[in-house]
Amino acid sequence: MNNSLEPQPVVAARGVRVAFGAVTALDGVDLDIRAGEALGLVGHNGAGKSTIVNVINGGLTPHQGTISYGGVDAAGGGVAAARAGGVRCVFQELSLCPNLTIVENTRLMHQGLTGFGWRKRALTLIRAKLDEVFPANRIDCTGTVGELSIAERQMVEIAINFIEVTEAPRLVILDEPTSSLDASLAEQLMAHVRRFVAAGGSVLLISHILGEILSTSTRIVVMKDGKVVVTKPVADFTAKSLVEAMGSVIKEKTHAATRTGANAAPLVVDLPVAPGSAFGFAARKGEIVGLAGLGGHGQTDMLLSLYRARSSNWRPQRPEEIAFVAGDRSLNGTFPLWSILRNLSIGDLGALSRLFAIDRDREDALGADWKAKTAIRTPDMHNPILSLSGGNQQKVLFARALSTPAAIVLMDDPMRGVDIGTKQDVYAILRSEAEAGRTFVWYSTEMDEICLCDRVYVFRDGVIVAELKGEEISEEHVLAASFSGEAA
Amino acid sequence: MNALKPVLSKPWIWSWLAALATFAATALFTGGASAFGLSQATLTFAAFSVMVGLGQMLVITLGPGNVDLSVPATITLSGTLALKFMETEGSLVLPGLLIAIGIGFAIGAANYALIKLLRIPPIIATLSMSFLVQSLAIWSNRGLRIKPPEALAAFTTGTTGGVPNIALAGLVLSVIVWWLLERSIYGRWISAIGQSPFAARMAGIPVDGTRFVTYVLCAVLAAVCGYLLASFSGGAALNMGAEYLLMSIAVVVIGGSAVAGGNSNVPGIWGASLFMFLVVSMLNTYGFGAGIRLMLTGLIIIAVIVAASRPAGGKR
Amino acid sequence: MKKGLSANTLRLMIPVVSLAVLLMAVFWLQPRAMSYMGMNLLFNLAVPIALATIAQMLIIAVNDLDLSIGTFVSFAACVTAVYLPTAPVTGIAILAAAIAAYAVIGIVIHLRDLPSIVVTLGMSFVWGGLAVLILPAPGGTAPVWLRSLMTAAIPVVPLAIVASIVIAIVAHLVVMRSTLGVAIRGVGGNSRSVARAGWSVLRIKAAAYALSGLFSVLAGMALVGLTTSADANIALRYTLLSIAGVILGGGEFVGGRVSPLGAVVGALTLTLAGSFLSFLRISPDWQIGAQGAVLIIVLGLRLLLSRREA
Repeated sequence: MNNSLEPQPVVAARGVRVAFGAVTALDGVDLDIRAGEALGLVGHNGAGKSTIVNVINGGLTPHQGTISYGGVDAAGGGVAAARAGGVRCVFQELSLCPNLTIVENTRLMHQGLTGFGWRKRALTLIRAKLDEVFPANRIDCTGTVGELSIAERQMVEIAINFIEVTEAPRLVILDEPTSSLDASLAEQLMAHVRRFVAAGGSVLLISHILGEILSTSTRIVVMKDGKVVVTKPVADFTAKSLVEAMGSVIKEKTHAATRTGANAAPLVVDLPVAPGSAFGFAARKGEIVGLAGLGGHGQTDMLLSLYRARSSNWRPQRPEEIAFVAGDRSLNGTFPLWSILRNLSIGDLGALSRLFAIDRDREDALGADWKAKTAIRTPDMHNPILSLSGGNQQKVLFARALSTPAAIVLMDDPMRGVDIGTKQDVYAILRSEAEAGRTFVWYSTEMDEICLCDRVYVFRDGVIVAELKGEEISEEHVLAASFSGEAA
Repeated sequence: MNALKPVLSKPWIWSWLAALATFAATALFTGGASAFGLSQATLTFAAFSVMVGLGQMLVITLGPGNVDLSVPATITLSGTLALKFMETEGSLVLPGLLIAIGIGFAIGAANYALIKLLRIPPIIATLSMSFLVQSLAIWSNRGLRIKPPEALAAFTTGTTGGVPNIALAGLVLSVIVWWLLERSIYGRWISAIGQSPFAARMAGIPVDGTRFVTYVLCAVLAAVCGYLLASFSGGAALNMGAEYLLMSIAVVVIGGSAVAGGNSNVPGIWGASLFMFLVVSMLNTYGFGAGIRLMLTGLIIIAVIVAASRPAGGKR
Repeated sequence: MKKGLSANTLRLMIPVVSLAVLLMAVFWLQPRAMSYMGMNLLFNLAVPIALATIAQMLIIAVNDLDLSIGTFVSFAACVTAVYLPTAPVTGIAILAAAIAAYAVIGIVIHLRDLPSIVVTLGMSFVWGGLAVLILPAPGGTAPVWLRSLMTAAIPVVPLAIVASIVIAIVAHLVVMRSTLGVAIRGVGGNSRSVARAGWSVLRIKAAAYALSGLFSVLAGMALVGLTTSADANIALRYTLLSIAGVILGGGEFVGGRVSPLGAVVGALTLTLAGSFLSFLRISPDWQIGAQGAVLIIVLGLRLLLSRREA
């Protein structure tokens, strides 16, 4: 490496560390992106891909380490510094304003488009760029974004970020850009990326479709547990070696012996094969069914529709058929204004009351009972729920579901960011409850947990692509099914 | 001092302190001569605000966007129709009350039907409903002032043991709502929905059913208020509900209930209602006009809401 | 893929069609209304309502709601009737300060993440109080220029119609065509991505509120020009009318989906709904009821259309 001859990298991250509470999302990451290169970034859930993207685009200030654009240190510069450094980002969730036209969105994204007649110039620019990236598209650029299909919105967002108004984009970050594009559009985009890179631009590409990564990148970075584990030119990888690089080095799974009689138990859920899926969904009494795959590929939707189909929005249901343990705690699990006890007892108030009046003594007894069972660490169950650590809040959510008589318990990745001690406690409870005949449907982004399941469905692009049983449940199989081998 | 701490941390305490201070300021100005009369009038008029405030509070507890703008129209219609039905006949007092409650039930159910079926925000659903209800009231009223049955008029203007009957009625309703809110499953449900409708749904709470009951309760409370108010003031007037639109929301906010939903309290409704009336009396006593009175009311509402808020950025 | 009509056009069509149907019904009932004088009478009061509706629309565009427009328009009317004829400088200063106050309200709501409904509710008391202070009893006079402007006899087409068209065009230019308008609607649609693109959401919101205040002031002045006097309660129903007008005109409460043309048409429709009933010889008792019914019917129709699209 002779830095004196090489031009400054477009983006350079040095020793970047980011922690969310107790969870370390990035643990000392060094990353250079140079002009004229397409950097492929791969890794499984929780590897730190979106966190590093947010650091690079200025949305997140690292707790340690530095980030610089074209050699200029951007300490605390945020989004503005990143944009000044020529960094553009196409987010995974669409970030256009659906109520505005494409031209108006172009205007909002490019502050340089000022003065009289900006509409006309914006229209010319976006029209030209759309035609350049996606030849023969039939998008009406004067139309409203809300009227476009998801694929068309993604195309527009990509094109807007490649537009040059006052300064040319130097680095375009594409986070799962083809997730809603069909194969031919995805190929058009990849071709554009190759042209853009050949002309001296640089691209950071994140995709679960390994074919795209292998065919488009010039260099590949593999991340795992918040660290960069491998950085090599693309030629050194095959699809197989890439999957291996993402996995653990060697970790013999601690899979519980397949329980006898599990295959003979009656079915409690039996859904037909959905269009596009390779498998239907079924769950037996006393079974722990895992939902695996990359985050956001339809697992949560599956749980929500299961729940909605079996509970009423109009009448209270007693006894409850189904219970739900939420994952994203701050968003949809706990009731933040309430005490620990109230958060626990809301699951089955009917059992604690007569004629709609809550019996407080029975409520206290229930609280004491579950405090002991799940070892919730608090001096008083009447303390606010927010006084608990994340792991203990999660235990309360488990207790809420388990204190109901529900035969099926759905779990939406509930252990994300929970400490290992709590996890072990909860795993033990799950096991014993399953033995007692409860069915668990468990979406998890953590491989250890998937390996605890009796049976696993792997999701990709909203459908079930694989079913793994017993000994087949392994990181290797799950990874292979989550990442599509060919280019879509 | 430590003994006071749990009391001072209650969100409703401030409205009570403000009410007491205002009462003292007013009573002192008149040398204490009017203290008794003032407290009588205050209790009576505050009780009407309390009745509508209780219903509005339940609706606001349901979370952002939930508010019932049909309260004034409901007051007017129930007062008008109930009085018309009773035709000053003393024996029809109870059936008249049932008519009022029935009207409240119908309006509340219609409100929620619009919210649910047309999938429009509650504010516009209850607004359109209030237009219809108001028209119905105008049409049935025809500018006539029907007198309430004498027994009812005597009851609503009378006192029991020195306490105005209206205040006692308001107290009974408050105790019922307090029980619903603090002791029943229903109270837990609306609080949960107000904190997060999604989490509430996923915890097995029948969200639609609960919301329906809440809108009905709010309209029924407004209807009962209309029935009593019309009897108290000697007849139903078309504009009798007008001031209760803003008042019902204001007493909820000043009473320390969370505007964002999920956390409400009944004592605060009383404190705020007493305070709102006392501010008016105080300014009247001091010789200030309606203009200053209104401005102060508005500034108090804004000050309370700003004080209770946190800077943006925590959520969204 | 391509639909015959875009959703926006459809959205605008409902209020236009309902206005046309209502207008035809009025003409059928009362052929004499189909004249210069008749039209002038029918739409006379539409101008201030249309202006107030545009003001409300600007607030709704940033996902807020203004419950103080009625009292604010009344306040502006009182200032106009009391100060503009005799002390125009003071009057204009007061009105300008009021517009600045609107911007401050927008800033406070944004900075403290307050519910706009409650803040504007509080402000409605403040404006109401100020109006009473300025004009304790109904009275005042319209400035001569304002009176003659609002009652000007334009050949062929009555002034109310011309003025409504002008309001619609100006509002369209500001809200739909200008960069500021794009930014305002962008905040309503996806404020996070507007901020991510480097805009100050705070400034945009302050501008939206200030513009809204300006249109409300104009509404108050127009009202005085028509009625020649003011009182503190002159425009109280404008709060609810303006919300109804925006929604009728195809606007939505959240998501920055608003239509200035639709809002003006919505305001005209609401104005006409009243006149229609009086021509039907139905007592004026039902006027507001009819406005409520029109609102419900239009919302129902819109739901049907959106279901069909889906």
